Amino acid sequence: MIHKALSLSHTLFSGHEDMQALRDGYGRGLLEAGENENVVVITADLEESTRCHWFSRLYPDRFFDVGVAEQNMAAVAAGMGISGKIPFINSYATFSPGRNWEQIRTLCAYNDSNVKIAGHHAGLLTGPDGATHQSLEDIALMRSMANMRVLVPLDALEAQRATVAAAGVRGPVYIRLQREKTPVITTKDTPFQIGRAYPLWIPKTKRVDVVLIGAGPVLHEALKAARDLEKKKIHSVVINVPSIVPLDTKEILSWVARAGAVVSVEEHSIYGGIGSAISELLSKKNPVPMEFIGVDGQFGQSGTGYELYKQYKLLSSDIIIATQKVIKRKRS
Amino acid sequence: MYISHARIKELYSTANQLRQDVIGMLESAGSGHSAGPLGMADIMSAFYFYILNHDPKDPSYDERDRLILSNGHICPIQYAALARSGYFPLRKLKTLRSFASPLQGHPHRLSLPGIETTSGPLGSGLSQGIGVALSARLDKKKFRTYVVLSDGEHGEGNTWEAIMLAGKYRLNNLTAVIDRNNIQIDGYTEDVLPLEPLRDKYEACGWNVIDVDGHNIEEFIGAVFEAKAVYEKPTVIIAHTIPGKGVDFMEREYVWHGMPPNKKQAREALRQLRKLGGKIKSEEE
Ligand SMILES: Cc1ncc(C[n+]2csc(CCOP(=O)(O)OP(=O)(O)O)c2C)c(N)n1
Ligand SMILES: [Mg+2]
Repeated sequence: MIHKALSLSHTLFSGHEDMQALRDGYGRGLLEAGENENVVVITADLEESTRCHWFSRLYPDRFFDVGVAEQNMAAVAAGMGISGKIPFINSYATFSPGRNWEQIRTLCAYNDSNVKIAGHHAGLLTGPDGATHQSLEDIALMRSMANMRVLVPLDALEAQRATVAAAGVRGPVYIRLQREKTPVITTKDTPFQIGRAYPLWIPKTKRVDVVLIGAGPVLHEALKAARDLEKKKIHSVVINVPSIVPLDTKEILSWVARAGAVVSVEEHSIYGGIGSAISELLSKKNPVPMEFIGVDGQFGQSGTGYELYKQYKLLSSDIIIATQKVIKRKRS
Repeated sequence: MYISHARIKELYSTANQLRQDVIGMLESAGSGHSAGPLGMADIMSAFYFYILNHDPKDPSYDERDRLILSNGHICPIQYAALARSGYFPLRKLKTLRSFASPLQGHPHRLSLPGIETTSGPLGSGLSQGIGVALSARLDKKKFRTYVVLSDGEHGEGNTWEAIMLAGKYRLNNLTAVIDRNNIQIDGYTEDVLPLEPLRDKYEACGWNVIDVDGHNIEEFIGAVFEAKAVYEKPTVIIAHTIPGKGVDFMEREYVWHGMPPNKKQAREALRQLRKLGGKIKSEEE
């Protein structure tokens, strides 16, 4: 059942969920964070599509457009971040952190410069633009470097909270964002803290058969799967892990100890992403059967969000199949 | 070089046809870029129907000229030119950007014969062109390498790294063509990140520079032939174009960079293009 304590949206499962894009939440978050005069925003010729235009209108002096130059953007931001500023840099995730990864690694993370990297248009939902613009590797890229916090918001409201939280902590932070409108699952009363994971759906009974765990809008598919599984008397918990680094190991391990089986869900490569982070934790602390929902060693392609979720097996029906498989493995 | 009047006229009318194809493709895709493709229609017509040595029936034959599209987002115009050249059936054009189509939102080398390399991420076409041209030199191949790039992608450091390198190796088998339409996403190039004096910058890096009116096919072809005759340097042709060329409400408006026409706008665009027939040389405006 829906976890009441998290004050989730009343429209969840209603069939007419409120739809908002993560980037819109991010843009509002920038306005909120911008009340701090040290916050500056930089884009690489993508002002509107990365939703910097609300900030730039309100704070034109603290907004910079560097042209189509992601490496320059990251390095300029690194300079600002060691000069008392809190720069947010903005481009599509395939280009930032895709193209400017080394500038981010060495000049922002190793240098401990206070830079916040917003990777926009991540995942398959970038749709018709095709594989060149569909980032399926950014979590892996960012998670593997030291001194980088990695946030993957669930919905527009969580994106807004993550943005404000990122501005509030010292040091580099990566925020993964997506273009399309997706269901709003949380409300303004839903908690968010860097380093915390949240069970959105909890079992009705004491018994837990499986942990469904992941982050980002694709978790809506996991929630639908949990609801349908309950009808089949399979009791699950759906854990939202918006903070991939640092990871809420305590919350995760306590649920895994009870369930003994895990399915990870992400709109990202299954190599190096959220599933990998969870499985690294479990192989050290509590190895249990695990299945991975995500893109398996392929590039994306043009198509609608639905067509691509179907092609790469990210739908709730795919999650149900994976769940049945993992439960079978647990019992054998 | 002599090209008959009739031949030039034909190239203009092909360009007009390509523009109409692009409008239809973008309308049915419901997303994609309008300004760049329309602005480069005359040059693509000149390339595919006059300049390039190529064979649509044997797209990968060894001695073909290579055309690398660095600014991959303008691919609808290249797709239209490939289809009209006979690389694939015209009816496929309307599958642009849809699931399982060879016409990916940004060009993918493995999806469509005739696409020399994958692009979309800006700023790395010229480097790849250098790689192809250096390979041709090593293999003593005679083909030429053309790289089409945009003005906006001169923001990328990678573009300038390539400009300097081509100068270093005096790549006379390489010709770059810049779609100098003065727009990028966030506005006019000179407001977002000033590029001028662009000619001087290329010259300083060891290039032969030719400025042309990108809507004057004869002048453009003349420049390409001049480039072939320059043997000590690479040549860049700065093609001054009008983004959205041929559709009055799109011309010079940067908002049309990444927007497709809706049904009504597409109908109006097609009406205007049909009226223009094959004649849209800029002097005749
Ligand atoms: C590396 C990279 N960064 C950002 C983008 C997003 N982008 C696509 S087109 C474009 C504008 C570039 O200007 P230009 O190519 O001159 O556009 P046009 O004249 O065709 O409108 C940008 C920033 C990209 N495709 N690649
Ligand atoms: Mg341009």
